Amino acid sequence: MDQAVAAKEQVAAADAAVLDIRGLRTEFRIGGQWHAAVRDLSLALRANETLAIVGESGSGKSVTALSALRLLPSAGARIAAGAVMFDGRDLTKLSEAEMSDVRGNAIAMIFQEPMTSLNPTMAIGDQIAEAIVIHRGAAWSSARAQALRLLDEVKIPAAATRLDDYPHQFSGGMRQRVMIAMALACRPQVLLADEPTTALDVTIQAQVLRQLAELKRAYGMAVLFITHNLGVVAQIADRVAVMYAGEIVEAASVADLFARPTHPYTAALLRAMPRVDRDAAGLEPIPGGVPALTAMPTGCFFAPRCPLRQASCTAQHPELLRFPNGHEVRCPVVLAEAAR
Amino acid sequence: MTTLAPTAATRRARAWDTFSRNRLSWIGLALIALIVLAAIAAPLIAPHDPLEQDIVARLDPPSAEHWLGTDTYGRDVLSRMIYAARISLFVGFVATLIAMTIGATIGILCGYVGGWFDQFMMGLLDVMLAFPTLLLGLMIAAMLGASLHNLIIAIAITEIAPFARIARAPTITLKQLDFVEAARALGFGPVRIMGVHILPNMISDVVVMGSLWMASAIRTEAALSFIGLGVPPPAATWGSMIREGFDNILDTWWLSVFPSLAILATVLALNLLGDALRDAADPKLRAE
Repeated sequence: MDQAVAAKEQVAAADAAVLDIRGLRTEFRIGGQWHAAVRDLSLALRANETLAIVGESGSGKSVTALSALRLLPSAGARIAAGAVMFDGRDLTKLSEAEMSDVRGNAIAMIFQEPMTSLNPTMAIGDQIAEAIVIHRGAAWSSARAQALRLLDEVKIPAAATRLDDYPHQFSGGMRQRVMIAMALACRPQVLLADEPTTALDVTIQAQVLRQLAELKRAYGMAVLFITHNLGVVAQIADRVAVMYAGEIVEAASVADLFARPTHPYTAALLRAMPRVDRDAAGLEPIPGGVPALTAMPTGCFFAPRCPLRQASCTAQHPELLRFPNGHEVRCPVVLAEAAR
Repeated sequence: MTTLAPTAATRRARAWDTFSRNRLSWIGLALIALIVLAAIAAPLIAPHDPLEQDIVARLDPPSAEHWLGTDTYGRDVLSRMIYAARISLFVGFVATLIAMTIGATIGILCGYVGGWFDQFMMGLLDVMLAFPTLLLGLMIAAMLGASLHNLIIAIAITEIAPFARIARAPTITLKQLDFVEAARALGFGPVRIMGVHILPNMISDVVVMGSLWMASAIRTEAALSFIGLGVPPPAATWGSMIREGFDNILDTWWLSVFPSLAILATVLALNLLGDALRDAADPKLRAE
């Protein structure tokens, strides 16, 4: 009965999803063998929603976004299984030419480093207009007019006078806004943001986040927001997926996740996060580190670092389970406890 | 590229600073300007018709009438040298331009595409590099036959490999930078990324080497003309003029010596200019 409801909910979610990643498995070749960096990852991204992926370095969050847009290096990386459904098509099956038509058009991406993500030899007005010319077949003059509108929209002061400026004439925060303007140039339905505020200082970070939220509403976009910063998640996301060692260990709405962190890893992450309303001395680092791709434990990947570890944890790899509180969690130990 | 790296504008300003403070760069620039102007204004400044024969005055040593003497047919050596500058500079410039265009295209393609294509092309070019420039040029010129076009083609082919190498290395560095990744994420095709996003960021490296290789092209042209594989007579090039005077160099030294000095001056000027441009473009070499 419960399962039937859950299944129905899932179908409904998949229906409304703009971007639906199903069972994605991305592998890298290390020492002649393929190792999974992302495994069995399913995410449904809905319109006008921000889904955050949180995790520490090497947890596979960037690889997930790069896989969705098929931007992985052509040698030594592959999508081994799964589908990325968008607009009724499986992106993993498209030709390179069809994929180029999707990138920067229906699905756009912004990157972490604003200082190096713009072409130093090209005026920013032209860089923004370029995507409009390529994807929409617009004339350069009308594309530049749209570039001006976009610069206004991302709140570049005196945008009209800055259209012919080069990237080195802009500060880091300004460059990140130019990057966002470039990504929005063709009115994408999906925006993949890979740590877009990590390289910015805190005040600029808050401005850019607020702006992204406004633009999401204005464009009705689905945003996949990748970050390692839980404070940023609380500010911008509607739903969160916590990743560990290439798989989702917990997924929930933002309010629920912060109120009732369920997976031991999520709980540990929150205990390790500094908060103004608590003493910094109470911070608890998580012992150990993320296992290497080539040396994944057989059972639960988090077991070696887990405070709730039991004998059964190292024997069998846990499935992602739906909990009574609505979370999806990859931990049968916590489920058993909750049932009691 | 850290956040502290100098911006493009200050880099350009500094490069100009280094270039203008280098005295040798000005000597090179002045010398090459002089030679190019002389070649352009040849009909105005040449004292005689370069093809006009004066049998009575044949093999005259330098005099007030013929400043650099006359050759076997009584033609004025100075006038012939000035007209020869046109052909020598033209051959050097066009051959280098062709080699630069083809070589840089191959280099960018190899660097960007990588894999077996890169291995195959660079292997092929390494084979070409294994032959000395002159020997390779001689083989190609001999196969094609002696004419202005064939001379240019032969010299251009000998210089494709070095230009490909110069273009390939920065392409490999640039293609890993974030803005190239961003261009891919915006759905731009490989041709556009190579032409609009990679080429403008490395073109200065290629152009700087161009002036050094133009000097080499002029040397090769002179050598090929010297052994008779250059432009057919009666047109003069510096190399063919040296050849004409070479048999009797001890008696009629002026026939060979003055064209040799012209080649020396041009090659020296281009090398000085090329070195200065390279130093200005590369801050790492500046301290030396």
